[in-house]
Amino acid sequence: MSRLAIIVTICVVVLFLGSWIFKALQAQDAGVDHYLLRGFLVTCSAFLTLAILSFLYKDNPIYKFAEHLYVGISAGYWMSQGFWSTIVGNLIPRLSQSLSGFFKQPYNAGEWMGGFFYTNWVFYVPVIFGVLLLMRLSSKYGWISRWALAFIVGTTAGLQFIRYMRSDFIEQISSTFVPLLVDWQGIGHFFSNLSLSATGQLVAMVSNWIIFLGVLCGLIYFFFSKEHTGLFGKASRFGIWILMVTFGASFGYTVMGRVSLLVGRITFLFRDWLGITS
Amino acid sequence: MQQLTLSVFQPGVLISLAVIGVGLALLLRWTLQGREVDRRVIFAFIFVSVATPVLFPITFEVKATPIAKALFEKIESLPEGTKVMISYDFDPAMAPEVLPMANAVVRHCFQKNHKLVFIAIWATGQSLLNQTLQQVVAVEFPEKQQGIDWCNLGYKAGNEGVMNVIVTNLKKMFPTDVNSTPLEQIEILEGIQSCRDFALIVSLGGGQPGPKEWILYVGDPGNVPIGAGTAAVSAPQLYAYYPKQLIGLLGGVKGAAEYEFELMQKYERFKSVDAPGIRMMGPQTLAHVVIIAFIMLGNVAYLRTRRKKGGAA
Amino acid sequence: MKRQVPLLITLFVGTLLIVSVFVPPLEGMQENSTLFFDIIAVFAFFLGGGNLIRIHLTKVARKKGDWEYSLVTLFGFLLMLSSGLFKIGNPGDIAAAVDTPGSWFQTIFFYMMSPLNSTMYALLAFFVASASYRAFRAKNREATILLVSAFIILLGQTPFGTMLTSWMPDKFSVLEIPNMAVWVMSSPNLAGQRAILIGIGLGVVGMSLRIILGIERTYLGEDKG
Repeated sequence: MSRLAIIVTICVVVLFLGSWIFKALQAQDAGVDHYLLRGFLVTCSAFLTLAILSFLYKDNPIYKFAEHLYVGISAGYWMSQGFWSTIVGNLIPRLSQSLSGFFKQPYNAGEWMGGFFYTNWVFYVPVIFGVLLLMRLSSKYGWISRWALAFIVGTTAGLQFIRYMRSDFIEQISSTFVPLLVDWQGIGHFFSNLSLSATGQLVAMVSNWIIFLGVLCGLIYFFFSKEHTGLFGKASRFGIWILMVTFGASFGYTVMGRVSLLVGRITFLFRDWLGITS
Repeated sequence: MQQLTLSVFQPGVLISLAVIGVGLALLLRWTLQGREVDRRVIFAFIFVSVATPVLFPITFEVKATPIAKALFEKIESLPEGTKVMISYDFDPAMAPEVLPMANAVVRHCFQKNHKLVFIAIWATGQSLLNQTLQQVVAVEFPEKQQGIDWCNLGYKAGNEGVMNVIVTNLKKMFPTDVNSTPLEQIEILEGIQSCRDFALIVSLGGGQPGPKEWILYVGDPGNVPIGAGTAAVSAPQLYAYYPKQLIGLLGGVKGAAEYEFELMQKYERFKSVDAPGIRMMGPQTLAHVVIIAFIMLGNVAYLRTRRKKGGAA
Repeated sequence: MKRQVPLLITLFVGTLLIVSVFVPPLEGMQENSTLFFDIIAVFAFFLGGGNLIRIHLTKVARKKGDWEYSLVTLFGFLLMLSSGLFKIGNPGDIAAAVDTPGSWFQTIFFYMMSPLNSTMYALLAFFVASASYRAFRAKNREATILLVSAFIILLGQTPFGTMLTSWMPDKFSVLEIPNMAVWVMSSPNLAGQRAILIGIGLGVVGMSLRIILGIERTYLGEDKG
């Protein structure tokens, strides 16, 4: 360990302890139960925030520590949630009455069909596939996890085929057929109101033309089986422009989103940790 | 049609403008001198431009855009006691944007005496829902009872798979609520067989699965009106579904601010509650201005280099 | 066994889910099949956890580079997992939600996972700013259109945009920056997004069909020997 690393570590530890004491005292004044714990947790939260932000200077051990901690905690989080919500909530009540009782879940009794088939038996299927999926961890029998993978992929494909066909293809095309001549009342009226709130006329018409032509030309741009020359090329060029406007809008919104997250963290540091703003 | 007004003569605005002005003047000088600006200088600048209005808050008046107002009006127009499903489909990374709108929508629904059924398609959504329940429902609507006025079905794994089941059979996917109470014992769920029995579903999220999947797997096949509150990054995509497949949309923190403002305008009691969406518009504004300035400075540097190259040729 | 069985499974499940949309009596089977998918998804979480343990334990055992951080990952994983699976500190009984306020699980989520997750994404604000300065150049017509559109949206989302064009008469209110931003979002942006959606929709439909029919097999990986 270099001398600099030792100094930095000592500084971090001292600051952490100082913050812990300070926050604990604050919590005690506010009458919070377990004020020592509260002080520790708020300090921990702040230091983890700062640890991630330290990446802005450069990649460093403090950042790596926080990053690795995050990976571990996240994996544990999703596993626990998955276990309690779906395994305990959906699977066990259909497979075992005694286990349902243990977990205090209402047992979901199945029915006997024709006297020889118990409907809940089908719920052994996901258990078998689940176990097959876990075989992926074995180097010798890992191939068998493909069966479970095939189930996952098949389900996803089956679900998406219909849903995308309906909502992202048919409905989207249907929504593109908009009136291109909106509420026509003569040329005088047409130029009389350029307000966006005007009911119809110029702005509404331009919007509808752009929607119709924009979708058409955007799709032409994505059509690579024909060379983009002549009228087709011009349409494709217009399609690019529309897509550029779209990407610009997306960029603007992305900036807004990312800044919001930063505001959230800075607000936490200033208000909840340092207490310098209300 | 849209207003977002700001009074310049506020300490927050003046201090922020001064900080930004000095920084930008410095950057412009360096750019004109052809100096390479270290990325850390830019980082520091962004930090300061966001931090200053957090320290010296700026107040705004925000009025809703038509797409945000559409969601507000929909909730406003539903008759008292209507059953609305609210899905928490976000993680802590989206929370600064989405949680304010979630809180605002819940406030609005409870103010209108609608019955709320919460679910989460993201595991993190279930944990974040606790914040709404503790900070909004318990504090502002203590009279609302669990099981009668609202219930929390919690999270189920499977993403779109969950939606695909609940569009036809809610109980099959959610035999109990989050605290293992059987659905039959929850009063609010009487008469509810599937998602089709809700008058409105509001998906609050921004990733996948999120509002888009609600439209694809529940809204369109089940003929259920879907409203959405989403993180800014996914808002532009959702415009393609409006108004036919999506009845209204709150996009990013601006959407949250618009909803909060509408709520304040309509209901006096909400004028005194915390409005994080509106509060965040201050730093947001400054950061946008700074980023626009960066783009302009970058282009100045680019034009300068191009002119030099042209001159050399 | 290694290739034919998975292909048959995919064909059966995929076809069932498509056919059930048109044949209502198959709805129950479709629901079950999707519920199986949801349950298997949890096993995928377990697989992820198992893989994480295996990789990091190997790293620690062999003392590979940065192995100390693997200990941190394992610590975080076991801490969260044990808090969740055993519901440590949960004020309710075993039937209560795993993340009931007051439980270790919710506390670790709120004070550790939450700041780590949100700060990780907040970092992007800095990189977006840096990229804006370095890479966002009006080099040609298309880039300029993108730039102008981004400007309108960025300004239109803030009161600053309103201030700049508030002098505009009502008749031309569409030219006010905030209104232009609304128009850009609900007209050209909508058109572009819709073109992209239709393109992606077609792609997804085509790919789904290829998978169900067994033409697309890359998800099965390669056979070794």
